[in-house]
Amino acid sequence: MDSVLKISDLAVDFKTDTGLARALVNVGFDVPRGKVTAIVGESGSGKSVTANCIMRLIQPPGRIVGGTIHFRPERTDPFEIVSLTKKDPRLQELRGGLISMVFQEPMTALSPVYTVGNQVAEAILCHRKVGRQQALHEAAEMLDRVGIGDIDRRIKMYPFEFSGGMRQRVVIAMALVCHPEVLICDEPTTALDVTIQAEILTLIKDLQSDLKNSVLFITHDLGVVAQLADQVVVMYQGRVLEIGTVRQVLKTPMHPYTKGLLAAIPGLAPKGEPLATIASVVGNLDITTPHPLTTLADGRQVSLPPGKLSNDASDGRPATKQASTGAAS
Amino acid sequence: MSEAATVPEAVAGSAAAAASPVEVTLSPRQLMWLRFRRHRLAYGSGVFLLALYVIVAFCEFASPYGTTTRNDNAINAPPMGIHFFDAEGEFHWRPFVYAYHMQVNPDTWMREYADDTGQRFPIRFFARGEEYEMWNLFKTDIHLFTVDEGGYIHLFGTDPLGRDMFSRVLYGGRVSLSIGLIGVVLTIVLGILLGGLAGYLGGIADRAVNKIIEVLQCLPTLPLWMALSAALPVHWSPLLIYFGITIILSLFGWTALARQVRGRFLALREEDFVMAARLMGADTPRVIRKHMLPSFASHIIATATLAVPGMILGETALSFLGIGLRPPVVSWGVLLFQAQNPLVIEMTPWQMLPGLFVVLAVMAFNLLGDGLRDAADPYSTGGLK
Amino acid sequence: MSPPTEDMLLQVEGLSKYFDGVAAVQDVSFDVRRSETLGIVGESGSGKTTLARCILRAIDPQEGVVRFNSSTGWVELQHMSAKALIPLRREMQMIFQDPFASLNPRMTVREILEEPLIIHKVGNRAERLDAVVDMLNHVQLEQDSLTRYPHAFSGGQRQRIGIARALILHPNLVVCDESVSALDVSVQAQIINLLEDLQNQLGLTYLFVAHDLSVVQHICNRVLVMHQGRVVESGAVDDIFANPQQNYTKLLLSAIPSPDPDVPLRPLDRHELGL
Repeated sequence: MDSVLKISDLAVDFKTDTGLARALVNVGFDVPRGKVTAIVGESGSGKSVTANCIMRLIQPPGRIVGGTIHFRPERTDPFEIVSLTKKDPRLQELRGGLISMVFQEPMTALSPVYTVGNQVAEAILCHRKVGRQQALHEAAEMLDRVGIGDIDRRIKMYPFEFSGGMRQRVVIAMALVCHPEVLICDEPTTALDVTIQAEILTLIKDLQSDLKNSVLFITHDLGVVAQLADQVVVMYQGRVLEIGTVRQVLKTPMHPYTKGLLAAIPGLAPKGEPLATIASVVGNLDITTPHPLTTLADGRQVSLPPGKLSNDASDGRPATKQASTGAAS
Repeated sequence: MSEAATVPEAVAGSAAAAASPVEVTLSPRQLMWLRFRRHRLAYGSGVFLLALYVIVAFCEFASPYGTTTRNDNAINAPPMGIHFFDAEGEFHWRPFVYAYHMQVNPDTWMREYADDTGQRFPIRFFARGEEYEMWNLFKTDIHLFTVDEGGYIHLFGTDPLGRDMFSRVLYGGRVSLSIGLIGVVLTIVLGILLGGLAGYLGGIADRAVNKIIEVLQCLPTLPLWMALSAALPVHWSPLLIYFGITIILSLFGWTALARQVRGRFLALREEDFVMAARLMGADTPRVIRKHMLPSFASHIIATATLAVPGMILGETALSFLGIGLRPPVVSWGVLLFQAQNPLVIEMTPWQMLPGLFVVLAVMAFNLLGDGLRDAADPYSTGGLK
Repeated sequence: MSPPTEDMLLQVEGLSKYFDGVAAVQDVSFDVRRSETLGIVGESGSGKTTLARCILRAIDPQEGVVRFNSSTGWVELQHMSAKALIPLRREMQMIFQDPFASLNPRMTVREILEEPLIIHKVGNRAERLDAVVDMLNHVQLEQDSLTRYPHAFSGGQRQRIGIARALILHPNLVVCDESVSALDVSVQAQIINLLEDLQNQLGLTYLFVAHDLSVVQHICNRVLVMHQGRVVESGAVDDIFANPQQNYTKLLLSAIPSPDPDVPLRPLDRHELGL
């Protein structure tokens, strides 16, 4: 498989008031080229920390304490991201050039004092040697491509004159304008209304099939995963529990935590009955103890104790009849 | 980074309960203390100020002389060194000072002092010396340190009248440092009252208080202080003048605090937990007392700490200009007033020592205030949203 | 609108609220029956939260009537003074969205839960403690939570504390203002189950404000769809989800991404719908 990123044994610690908190423990997965990989997990699962590691955005009190992230390991000029020094020119090239990122809150990614056109052009000028006119021209093209109509007028407008959905489109244009090999989207639609979310998801999907770049999409929403991803990485408490294709993970989940996540979606449950919860699905199985990922015959990887691996994986819908309120959240 | 800093949330019930670290047992106050302790400079400043206040509170005991005791043998004498080895190189367990050897320079007619190595005054701790009255309560003559009868000790030198600078700096510190505290208490009362009114009532009250603040902040403070302190009746006793100056300083000092209180009030009014209290039927006094005040008490303390140096500097400035406190009251400003002569810097620079103490105290207050401000909000980045 | 009947708990008629002349809620009328869950859905800016807050008089509506079937008979809330509202606060409560902002960080769980009882002068110290412990059991929190501060709890646990605070006075009407939307999906499921259990045990009536349609579909009996301050469609949840009549409702429903990869997302175009 041609991977654009190969992450192995990544570990991150955060220093808190009262001690060290492990944000990531032995995280490892590949991001295949030209596909959409989704990292799905709840808050505290470490999904955003993983993305920030790839961009080397971990700031104190956080620290990468181990592991490697190989960028395009099978192509020309491969390099390892974790070991890059702060002054390394490849780090500059990496951020925004080879890999770019779209954040949850579009307003914080845009400067309020520059016009939209200038900001997109600036992203080009940062990484490529082109003239200002050329950059503005390309910026207009990209803004048009992300669905911002009436370009001649809009390019001179400021971010606060745009709606939330429009701003996120501008951020996506900024991220794509240097043709990055990987686009990381960190919950890009969480702050948006559901109708706007649908538009942005459609846009990201269309652009990806056009540009054939690799997308790493971070979300907590399994609906978004199902609509967008080719490959899914399920994370929980800083660890990877399950990796597989979107159909493997969402239709026939193997790890009890993944089963629980799916069963807890209110729209799927029969009305009038209590929803399944992680606790009711997992029962008294301990999912906090780490187990190494094991690769199965169908290519998926799952973190389960050896004795549990033989269980039938086809039972996609777990039993949900147990009382769901057994344990405190 | 908000997620990155989040402690992994226990989602899977009992299985995941172990994920929460020890943090769970700390109260807000403990968290604040923890955070403050980590701020080394602020913590050090706090310890330094505490020590300073304890010393000036007991300055009669801590200083060897009173403010008016004169030593005719030492006029404009320089600070003494504390010695353990005498001129012959012999070691003494008990530290000692040498007597002054005074000589008049025949060219300049100035007194020049040198150590008289033939005459040693050993320092005695908790020994009897000059009699004084502690806090107007009882008479005693025990001092923290002194020398035997017939000797003298001037660690910071003496002034033109032969008075001990060390003792005067301590007595002056009592006045200057306490003016800072009392002034700030008045400031807090005014600031909370007016700022709270503006923030809670809003509307006309808010606009009126804001206008007053704006006008007061436009006025140059020094001329106003001067005008007001010049208006204090001359026949007032030193004590009354002292309180008069404090009030004048607070009258202009409350504006910053009032603004802060108003801002916090406006922000807190919108907080969900304040609305929750209102929706459960709590009346206004209860909402303010139980939910709003505790939430910014720590901020007020931090702001007040940062306001103390302003008070100290104000007193020093007024007294330095000769319109604040006047002798025989001793304050750091009064001491500096007496050192105004340019000759002092050249001939007797030790008379500027009160200035050093002003700088140290002000700096310590600023550092302490910074640390308190950072510690005041234990939920800002404490690993929780 | 028909006159209120005894099986109703709340009746809202022609309610409007303007901020600086702009209508946030405009001419909204509906009624809520006892022990039902009425959902209010809409996107941000649709006025659903403003509407909920007007009903509880957290903010004051400018026009319209809010009738509440209190223990002493029907009362009109919209013109009551803050003081006259205080006894009524026992009967209507709110569960907030943000479990981090809605609890006073400087009070212990016991103080938080005891406060409503103190305000309404319920019982003596020992009785109040009993009531607090009883309510902790109801929301499935451990007893040792009593002396701890909110920051020691996870989001889901805090929301349980918020629910306990709202229910400790045994209200009839509970307004849930996006009460599960800030929670992770697994925690959200637990809280939804808890809300449903409590409704059955205590006979509560919920006014459930939410933007997440799948949550509303699961928990509500009837639903109001709001758009730009107005109610565009209302009715039984199952009818509306199965057969939406209004274009805006159709748009909303078409935008939900299905967690089944074989059901593709095909959002309708808002311009084609004329919105």
